[in-house]
Amino acid sequence: MQKIRNFSIIAHIDHGKSTLADRLIQHAGLVNDRQFRDQILDNMDIERERGITIKSQTVVLSYKSKSGEVFDLNLIDTPGHADFSYEVSRALASCEGVLLLVDASQGVQAQTIANLYAAMEHDLTIIPVINKIDLPSADIEMVKEQIDHDLGLDSDLAVLCSSKEGTGIEDVLEAVVARIPPPAENSDKPLAALIFDAHYDPFRGTIVSCRVFDGKVRPGDLIRLMYNGAVHKVEEVGFFRLFRDPQPELSAGSVGYLIAGIKTVADVRIGDTITMDTNPVEARLPGFKDVKPVVFSSIYPISSDEYPSLVDSLEKYKLNDAALIYQKDSSAALGQGFRCGFLGLLHLEIVQERLEREFDQAIIMTAPSVQYQFKLNDGTELTVENPQYYPDPILIKNSAEPFIKATIIIPERYMGAVMKLCLERRGSNPRIAYPTTARVEITFDMPLAEVVFDFYDRLKTITQGYGSFDYELIEYRDSDLVKLDILVNGERVDALSIIVHRDRAREWGLQVCDRLKEEIPRHNFKIAIQGAIGGKIISRSTISPFRKDVTAKCYGGDITRKRKLLEKQKKGKKRMKMVGNVEIPQSAFVSVLKARDE
Amino acid sequence: MNNRQNHRKNPGLYVHVPFCRSKCLYCDFYSIASQTSIPTWLEAVQREMRLYGEDCGDEHRGKFQNFDSLYLGGGTPTILSERDLAALMESARKYFTFSPEPEITIEANPDSLSAGKLQNIRDLGINRISLGVQSLDDADLKYLGRTHSANQAVKALEMIRFSGFTNISVDLIYGLETQNLRGWRKTLDKILEFRPEHLSCYQLTFEPGTPLGKMKAAGKVRSIGDKLEAAFFIYTSRYLEREGYLHYEISNFARATELTSCHNQKYWTHTPYLGLGPSAHSFYSGTRWWNVKSVKKYCQLLAEGTPPVESSEILTEDQLDLESLYLGLRTSAGIDLNELGADPGMSGALAEMQRTGLVKISNGRIKPTRKGFLVADSLPLMFQG
Ligand SMILES: Nc1nc2c(ncn2[C@@H]2O[C@H](COP(=O)(O)OP(=O)(O)OP(=O)(O)O)[C@@H](O)[C@H]2O)c(=O)[nH]1
Ligand code: SF4
Ligand SMILES: [Mg+2]
Repeated sequence: MQKIRNFSIIAHIDHGKSTLADRLIQHAGLVNDRQFRDQILDNMDIERERGITIKSQTVVLSYKSKSGEVFDLNLIDTPGHADFSYEVSRALASCEGVLLLVDASQGVQAQTIANLYAAMEHDLTIIPVINKIDLPSADIEMVKEQIDHDLGLDSDLAVLCSSKEGTGIEDVLEAVVARIPPPAENSDKPLAALIFDAHYDPFRGTIVSCRVFDGKVRPGDLIRLMYNGAVHKVEEVGFFRLFRDPQPELSAGSVGYLIAGIKTVADVRIGDTITMDTNPVEARLPGFKDVKPVVFSSIYPISSDEYPSLVDSLEKYKLNDAALIYQKDSSAALGQGFRCGFLGLLHLEIVQERLEREFDQAIIMTAPSVQYQFKLNDGTELTVENPQYYPDPILIKNSAEPFIKATIIIPERYMGAVMKLCLERRGSNPRIAYPTTARVEITFDMPLAEVVFDFYDRLKTITQGYGSFDYELIEYRDSDLVKLDILVNGERVDALSIIVHRDRAREWGLQVCDRLKEEIPRHNFKIAIQGAIGGKIISRSTISPFRKDVTAKCYGGDITRKRKLLEKQKKGKKRMKMVGNVEIPQSAFVSVLKARDE
Repeated sequence: MNNRQNHRKNPGLYVHVPFCRSKCLYCDFYSIASQTSIPTWLEAVQREMRLYGEDCGDEHRGKFQNFDSLYLGGGTPTILSERDLAALMESARKYFTFSPEPEITIEANPDSLSAGKLQNIRDLGINRISLGVQSLDDADLKYLGRTHSANQAVKALEMIRFSGFTNISVDLIYGLETQNLRGWRKTLDKILEFRPEHLSCYQLTFEPGTPLGKMKAAGKVRSIGDKLEAAFFIYTSRYLEREGYLHYEISNFARATELTSCHNQKYWTHTPYLGLGPSAHSFYSGTRWWNVKSVKKYCQLLAEGTPPVESSEILTEDQLDLESLYLGLRTSAGIDLNELGADPGMSGALAEMQRTGLVKISNGRIKPTRKGFLVADSLPLMFQG
């Protein structure tokens, strides 16, 4: 049997995980120079456009060590952004070790620590790697000190590298084979394989990513999915090597994929255990912790006859994004849809984009909300994360919203601006610490609701990208909450209603009115947009009717061009929602959520 | 919907002369300000004529015969020497056949005309002149980057009339920052003294990529806004109709039905047309193709004997319908009621458009009103439920 090492690369966002993976892949000769592109594992368009990793990616490399032994290295590149931490924790369940990357100039950051804890929870071997040592601003000594003090690891064991320039790559590989233990040899036991990811392929059915802990599995085997007992016949197993590379078998210790013609998407649960139908294991593997969504929003198909296709797409999408949770919901303006829970705002944005791109679903998403608590006069207690279920205000005795402890680390020069932002966002009880000389750590108590809109974007803007932000939920606190409705020509657009603190209602109302004014195209009548609490109008804007199109000539060359424009507009029109006789484009629903660019 | 039997109608021939004295700031036609390549271009056009003309291959045989219009457009065709023009006309007659009295138009600019040249043009059988005046206010002309003065334009009109042309069209542009309604009216008044048979009045557009378009993007010039644009449009339409012109297409006016541009209507009705020269478009029975937008490439390809076509498209039924719809709704003749599908959404949309005064129905046709013309680009979308 080949010698195997299973490890993940984990780090704070942008510390260079995917770039290190590139170097390891190139070192193994898995791609030639022509096929190669930067961050090759970031194969989704959204990842490439945004320059961040969203999905964990597995790739198996062969490596011949200095001592001449050949290893199968199973590498998992993980995302750094906190919203995708569920991807990291699932990747860790199939590894024996991790490379914990730290950017030599930025040093230890919030997600460095969060990911370190996750790796410790799985009792994995941790190899600290200091990356980007080529940067002029690299401060290796500072990072080493942080590794010792903040991470509690031995900085003498840290490997130094520059993924960009390719220095130290061999040292990284040697550390992997020398320090990370091989997986346990359990091939003779009954099959137990953990499903940690999956995706749907229209031709092959569900393709399962799994880590085999015990036993082995081959094409032809009858496997059982333990969650519902469904039995399927294995068609193909193999490794990911940037493409699917079929193998005669997957044995204990390996990470790979399995295809068994599973067309019933519901059979596959991420975290479930695969075993043999004839010789099953008794107990399922531990699986994963439940996801705890913090942000909620409803999604609706743009046209209601696309609801069944949305149902189908969500089910398939969820295979590939276990962090999404959803249940049925409905709205007067938008029809049937789903209430979804997300790990954060970026997660929400990505779900929307992927549903559109990969499943061709044109959807509308409502303003994100947190979970609010209401006590009514009759003693009932309600938890509400959907403005539709906001109770009748005269019945409310008391309302409360979740608060977080927000931790912001910034270079000192931004302190004033950040303080101001936090106070605007109802931050209180500021505490200041100086973890290193040049950096300030500010902690605030803040309502989570203030963070789910555009807080992070604003923070990034005012700190020019240098601010890092992390939070933990602390408790529910009493709060004066109201429900703000948006009316378009007098009709309430229920999908735009939000629950908000009374002091912040007017500002939000103004923002929505402005945004809608920008996004709703002019009609040939006047459109009034209003924000209202109960019957009281608190903000308004109007869209004046259009009077004149601009194109005046149309000869030989113009005809095709103009038709193409019309075709595009026609398509756009299909994506409009009618509220009364006003056509509201999907972009309007999206834009009300976007950060202001001040 | 159907204009498709139109492929049996007489086709139109267009020749693109891509040379100008200098580039106007608003222009997005393909033309260049250097004239050194005129001889090679002329040779190339003659070769291209041969490709479609008498000894053409099977591909185009029988498509383009009996033209009843020829349009020398540009660019500035009158920049060509008398000899070059003669050679061009001679080749056209050599390779193609024409109906008995074809409409033959040449586009001209005021600063490329002389009495002698006009005489020559008439002798070549060219019977219609389309003169690019744009404005009779020197400030407007400067804003547009025209190389002639208002005075030169008036002189040119006098000369054209004096040479005996009985079919003159004048191009004008309105809606400039430098212009107000009174100034525009002065231009119109002066032009009307010549009683041109035809007028094209275009609203200024800022095309991306043109100098004016870039100046607008950079905030150096502005559009006058849709409120004023609408006012200019309505004013022009009313004024010229009162003066006896037919407002037969959004931007076009004619003194009588028979004086509407025979050639331009082919573009709007899916009638076949053959476009020669760089960037020219052609259409035949549902297929449209267009030439490369470069004199150099155009000449190179033809020198190798290759058709200088850049690309082509075969229109689907839906696309033909959409084009008929939008092109029809830009003309006073409108579209045939029967051409609209029986979609129930349609009748609702139609009723709404009648109610708001955008179209009226007469003689079984849906005809845009003046108010409808204002939003002609959006009318087709209103039919798309
Ligand atoms: N100078 C320098 N830049 C590096 C190095 N490694 C990565 N980078 C740059 O850092 C940026 C982020 O790199 P990625 O590899 O995408 O970072 P990541 O950790 O995978 O980011 P996420 O997946 O989004 O968490 C890119 O612009 C890389 O080119 C390095 O060693 N030196
Ligand atoms: S003269 Fe006509 S074709 Fe030439 S640049 Fe001016 S507008 Fe364009
Ligand atoms: Mg990455």
